[in-house]
Amino acid sequence: MSTTAVQPLAGAYTADPVHSSFAFAVRYMGVSTFRGTLGDVDATLAVRPDGASLEGTAAVESISIRTPQQFRDHVLSEEFFDAANHPRIAFRSTRVELGDDGRAVVDGELTIKGTTLPLHAEGSWTPEAELFGTRKGGLTLTATVDRTAYGLNWNADLPTGGKALADDVALTVELALIAPDGAEE
Amino acid sequence: MRVLGLSGSLRRGSHNRALLRAAAAALPPDVELVVWDRLAELPAYDEDLDAASVRAPEPVRALREAIAEADALLIATPEYNASLPGALKNALDWASRPHATNPLRGKPAAVIGASTGLFGAVWAQAEARKVLKTIGARVLERELPVGQADAAWAPDGTLLDPALGTALAEIIEELVASAAGRELATVGTEAA
Repeated sequence: MSTTAVQPLAGAYTADPVHSSFAFAVRYMGVSTFRGTLGDVDATLAVRPDGASLEGTAAVESISIRTPQQFRDHVLSEEFFDAANHPRIAFRSTRVELGDDGRAVVDGELTIKGTTLPLHAEGSWTPEAELFGTRKGGLTLTATVDRTAYGLNWNADLPTGGKALADDVALTVELALIAPDGAEE
Repeated sequence: MRVLGLSGSLRRGSHNRALLRAAAAALPPDVELVVWDRLAELPAYDEDLDAASVRAPEPVRALREAIAEADALLIATPEYNASLPGALKNALDWASRPHATNPLRGKPAAVIGASTGLFGAVWAQAEARKVLKTIGARVLERELPVGQADAAWAPDGTLLDPALGTALAEIIEELVASAAGRELATVGTEAA
């Protein structure tokens, strides 16, 4: 049995695509919640003595809505992501705080469908540890955005009142961050 | 007591046929669900085929008889372009004539629906209720939107979502009660 060394994050980490995701949750029909992910996430966290920065993108085509085709087509269409013209969403931090208590606070700019808006996200980070021969850290962030601010405007009136889809969307980013010297063998 | 079931979807693996089967399983023992499965045989509504001087096509007569012999109607509909399927609308158009004496007049009716999208054919159900009300049926103001129907079913054919299962049972109960009330009223009229 080996001991697991723990150390604070330092250097440039790259997100492990298998264990990283960009998830969203949105209420529909007033009471239900639809959840999905963009599985193809590309992100780096750079932790330097003078501060940290986070950058990432995710491919809209990797959205977990696979079937029915009509549903997928609608979500990728101009009424939502317009994936043909805006294939990736992107985030770039302006401030990253990784607190000693494990709390993470990130401010930055989120770009969806060509619209860039400020975003405040909070969550937690886990220090670097070895897993299956690879050294990884973790970062989980959540934020809420108004999808209509990014031009994802589709909605419809329900026959019995109210709107089909909520405007607020809860985002959760999970990043498994491979340490600078911890490339997969 | 007999409830007549109509599925707005014609395909063999239809989620709405499955929904009718789930409804049948929720019926009390003295109530049967008879599914009328011949929507595809109905010609497009044509008043020339429906004149007093001619006999309506056989499938049309069979539909009208099936409705007349039932105590209530249960429609399970998918959603095509935010509305009810043409075959179902066509069947209701045939059933609605002649307007004053059509077999749906005063008949308790409920609409449920399933779709593979998020919203469970909720707009098609609203349209179907509107059409049924116009025809003169006594329509329950209830809906059962079964969304993401590809993943909605347990292996035994029941709805995975217990809330939907409960709502289906409530709709069936309400429909049967409405039909029972109508029967009682009919008996009362005959006794008077």
